[in-house]
Amino acid sequence: MKQAPFEAAYREEWLAFERFLDAPGVVQPAFAPEEMPRRYRRLCQHLALAADRQYSPELVDRLNLLALRGHHALYANRRRQSQRLADFLLAGFPSLVRAEWRVVAAAALLFFGPLLGLIAVLQAFPEFVHYLLHPAQIASFHDMYDPANRRLGMREADSHLAMFGYYIWNNVRIGFQTFAGGLFAGLGTVWFLAANGVIIGAVAGYLTQIGYGTTFWSFVSGHSALELTAIVLSGAAGLRLGLSVIAPGNRSRKASLVAAARPAVRLMYGAALMFTAAAFVEAFWSPLTEVPPQAKIWAGIALWAVMLAYFALSGRARGTR
Amino acid sequence: MLDTTRRVATPEGIELTLHLAGPVPRALAWAIDLALRAAVVLAAMTLASVLGTAGWGIALLTLFAVEWLAPAWFEVLWHGQTPGKRAMGIAVVNDDGTPVRWGAALTRNLLRAVDFLPFLYGFGLLAMLASRDFKRLGDLAAGTVVVYAPGRSRPRALPEAPAQRPPFPLTLEEQRVVLDLAERSASLTQERMEELAELPTPLIGRATGAAAAARLLGIANHIAGRR
Repeated sequence: MKQAPFEAAYREEWLAFERFLDAPGVVQPAFAPEEMPRRYRRLCQHLALAADRQYSPELVDRLNLLALRGHHALYANRRRQSQRLADFLLAGFPSLVRAEWRVVAAAALLFFGPLLGLIAVLQAFPEFVHYLLHPAQIASFHDMYDPANRRLGMREADSHLAMFGYYIWNNVRIGFQTFAGGLFAGLGTVWFLAANGVIIGAVAGYLTQIGYGTTFWSFVSGHSALELTAIVLSGAAGLRLGLSVIAPGNRSRKASLVAAARPAVRLMYGAALMFTAAAFVEAFWSPLTEVPPQAKIWAGIALWAVMLAYFALSGRARGTR
Repeated sequence: MLDTTRRVATPEGIELTLHLAGPVPRALAWAIDLALRAAVVLAAMTLASVLGTAGWGIALLTLFAVEWLAPAWFEVLWHGQTPGKRAMGIAVVNDDGTPVRWGAALTRNLLRAVDFLPFLYGFGLLAMLASRDFKRLGDLAAGTVVVYAPGRSRPRALPEAPAQRPPFPLTLEEQRVVLDLAERSASLTQERMEELAELPTPLIGRATGAAAAARLLGIANHIAGRR
């Protein structure tokens, strides 16, 4: 069959297919939607024939385009997002964190190691802080956590909403950078984790040592569980990427990276949600001075317990997925 | 013929051809997006200055959203296109040609931070030039490619001319070349068309200029099966 009769024979079919794709969800489609897969297969067959018989590039391109659009329409995902989100929060995310416990543990060590270590070191050698923080930084932290302040962690004029915006913009960005740095064989992630651990440890250790402990710990305890864990999980996701490039196993590095990106980005969904929740707590609950500091510290500890229980237990019944 | 295509086998047993977009249209799309993002942030900041301190929270939230989330959001809901990509007629799809979903879109947009280093997409450009499919690092990890969006190519019709039998049977590849030229003829100047038509001397014999072009069009019509 030459090209012209081929086109003449099937043109109507192609046009109908195109009309169907042009107007998704109209009352009177070009044909019944359940016919779509069969018509798509027929179109694929026409494309294969046209290519095999070396019909003109224009015709092949046109059929290719139609088939591509049909492919898009047929394989688009229509699952409800809301249900997937609930599923992810209740089971998928904690199961994933458990399944990836090795990178999570490594990231936790890289972050909490310097953090806790510095808090301990600074109790004995307070002047060590000058190796880590700039005098201007020290002064500003001094200012923020001075027990004489009415509001904690922020200056008088700042509003809660302004701080919420700031925490989201700043903290989630740090989380994303920690994750993205994993692409450099994990080195970026290691750097961000350790650097943040050092800074936070230095500030916490220093303020505790100079006697601002109550104001500092009552401010940070509320959001610490969510925020610090979110950093660790971002780091775990980054390390997952880095390891896939360093040790791809029996796959190509590229295939290994693609395979690792899937769980890694799911970890990032969870981490981003945790950062958002942490920013909310940090902006609206942590600065409150109406609540006694002891109560805030206990609330923070309770949140740690709830969160650890969540990661340890939630979603076990449904198995890993 | 061209190496900027990617062929994807589908379960239906055919191969679809994706036309890959190179660094230049992608950079332009990015520049358009950047301008739009700047406009949105500027608008938010103007609003913020009216609202006072609380406004700055809104401005920072806007900044965060347009910087990190908006590109992925657009790519999922707009068939792989951000406004800039739509203006340039390009789109993101998965390696297998299917539309991107949240996972892939977020992966490639979060890893943008790495591609951007050391400045202005240095690593991204290196990765694109080193990979066969113009993938930046985010694309490599997400398993996505940027292609010319379907629906961009204009239909090119083979000009009607009396069919002429070629002096000898042509191979399939030769037929395809002649057809391709004939279909492009509308977009070429008459002089260029004649110049090109004079090249395959075994086909056109001693004809020159307009006669050569007419003869080649005739042969193309014969190949296409017109009588």
